[in-house]
Amino acid sequence: MSEWWTYRPGDLLMVSLRVYERLFVLHNQALWPAQWLALALGAGLLLALWRPAAGRRRLALAGLAAAWGFVAWAFLWQRYAPVNWGIRYLLPLFALQALLLLVLGLGRGVRVTASRRAPARWAGLALVAYAVFGHPLTALLHGHGLAGAEVIGLAPDPLAIATLGVAVLVQPARRGWALLAIPALWCLTSAATLLLLGAPGAWLPLAAVVIAVAARWRPPGCA
Amino acid sequence: MSLESQRLSRRRLLGGLLALAAGAALPPFPARGSEILTREVPAIGEALPLVGLGSWITFNVGDDPLLLEECTAVMAAFFAGGGRMIDSSPMYGTSQATIGHGLATLDAAGKVYATDKVWTSNAAEGPSQIEASRRDWGVPRFDLLQVHNLLAWEANLDTLQAMKAAGEVRHIGITTSHGRRHGTLERIMRDADIDFVQLTYNIVDREAEARLLPLARERGLGVIANRPFQRKRLVRRLAGEPLPGWAAEIGAESWAQVILKFIVSHPAVSCAIPATTRVDHVRENLAAAREPLPDAALRRRMAEHVRAL
Ligand SMILES: NC(=O)c1ccc[n+]([C@@H]2O[C@H](COP(=O)([O-])OP(=O)(O)OC[C@H]3O[C@@H](n4cnc5c(N)ncnc54)[C@H](OP(=O)(O)O)[C@@H]3O)[C@@H](O)[C@H]2O)c1
Repeated sequence: MSEWWTYRPGDLLMVSLRVYERLFVLHNQALWPAQWLALALGAGLLLALWRPAAGRRRLALAGLAAAWGFVAWAFLWQRYAPVNWGIRYLLPLFALQALLLLVLGLGRGVRVTASRRAPARWAGLALVAYAVFGHPLTALLHGHGLAGAEVIGLAPDPLAIATLGVAVLVQPARRGWALLAIPALWCLTSAATLLLLGAPGAWLPLAAVVIAVAARWRPPGCA
Repeated sequence: MSLESQRLSRRRLLGGLLALAAGAALPPFPARGSEILTREVPAIGEALPLVGLGSWITFNVGDDPLLLEECTAVMAAFFAGGGRMIDSSPMYGTSQATIGHGLATLDAAGKVYATDKVWTSNAAEGPSQIEASRRDWGVPRFDLLQVHNLLAWEANLDTLQAMKAAGEVRHIGITTSHGRRHGTLERIMRDADIDFVQLTYNIVDREAEARLLPLARERGLGVIANRPFQRKRLVRRLAGEPLPGWAAEIGAESWAQVILKFIVSHPAVSCAIPATTRVDHVRENLAAAREPLPDAALRRRMAEHVRAL
């Protein structure tokens, strides 16, 4: 882009807040009643991380990997990319995250921390719990009820926030960092988009990144 | 020929003669159209309504049926008010398809002055991009194609010139915005064979007045003024200010109309192309293209007033 420094950040945005909000409303309408299934699977994820036996851990990470693939295809590609051509450049990152979750999650040597005294563990679990049960309620901030609720497994923000939580819990740390990078990038992109759109709750994905990075710096005790 | 069709054609002939007579009595520049003022673009030998319709962001609504309906309503009000030029680009997401949806729903392909752009750094892709845009619009050919943001302008302009020579597009031009690359634009306006330029011009962004607008007049080029409201920033900024007394003198009932009247009263400007999602706004914008328009002295006062705010 020529003379990029003369562009204001707002000039780069090509959708309106109304269109952005409606993306989630239409997505939910098209997938209804999959939201209930997604919430149940989200609760299952939380449970698996709460009591992380090896089998559950594998299932949880494989499920998350599938969700990254599904959200990339059903939301980003089918709905968001037609109105925001920049999104197509992020699709490979979603595929890469799915692959990372599979490889690191199913591979040997990965653990999920279970120490009850480690604050970072609570931070990780809190992020996942917020992503599953709290984040859909932020639709209420937009003033249009829950029709546009962003549900884990169907929409990118709660998925990325839950994955940040998982990345905090995963040991060894190097693998945790590897899982953290792409969801953090997505959350920052999302926060910037919401901020430029003047949407409420732009700080939420940003706060999730700050919490995840801070918690990751303090390695939790390992089970 | 049936009696009915004879009557129709006699009526049409009479109507045409009346219109001719009325036209002769009016000053040639700008001319009064059925609804809104038009101004002739010497390079194309046609007159266009002074207010058109942009589509950046506002018409990028995907396949959302509710929003498509709203955009179609905006287009219906636009055509009903005498509007003709709609401007889009392959850069604007699904805006072109939205326009196509509106044109098909309203059966208005014959009413629109279809204005689009070629936007690619690889000029070899230009023809296929233009063809995809044309299909989105659902028009037989574009009235005006412009090189978007001067992107690979030499090669893309070659494509447009070849298309014009082949009768695949009626008119061609080049665009910029935000006051960027005016030096290059000036060179193109002097040297290249084009019909239109599109640039940012409004009551606060007036750089084009110094060289580009006089040059456009000298060369007979059409000038399309984009970002009339600085993407709403300008109307928001002025919203809290009371309308000055002179607004009534030019029949402006809102700041949006003050801004549009300022733009289209510049004799070099062919039209302004505000974008909107709202039927009331499209009507308000079209109404700004009616008499009276400010003269040069009042235009100066208007600009000074806004600068001082
Ligand atoms: N390089 C290029 O080729 C280039 C660059 C920029 C723009 N353009 C063209 O120029 C067009 C216009 O520029 P733009 O869309 O950037 O900005 P603009 O027309 O200056 O502003 C559009 C905004 O103004 C608001 N608006 C419209 N009529 C109004 C009224 N009567 N009262 C109050 N607000 C009103 C609209 O909001 P509502 O929906 O609420 O009415 C919309 O958000 C573009 O759509 C595009 O077609 C071309």
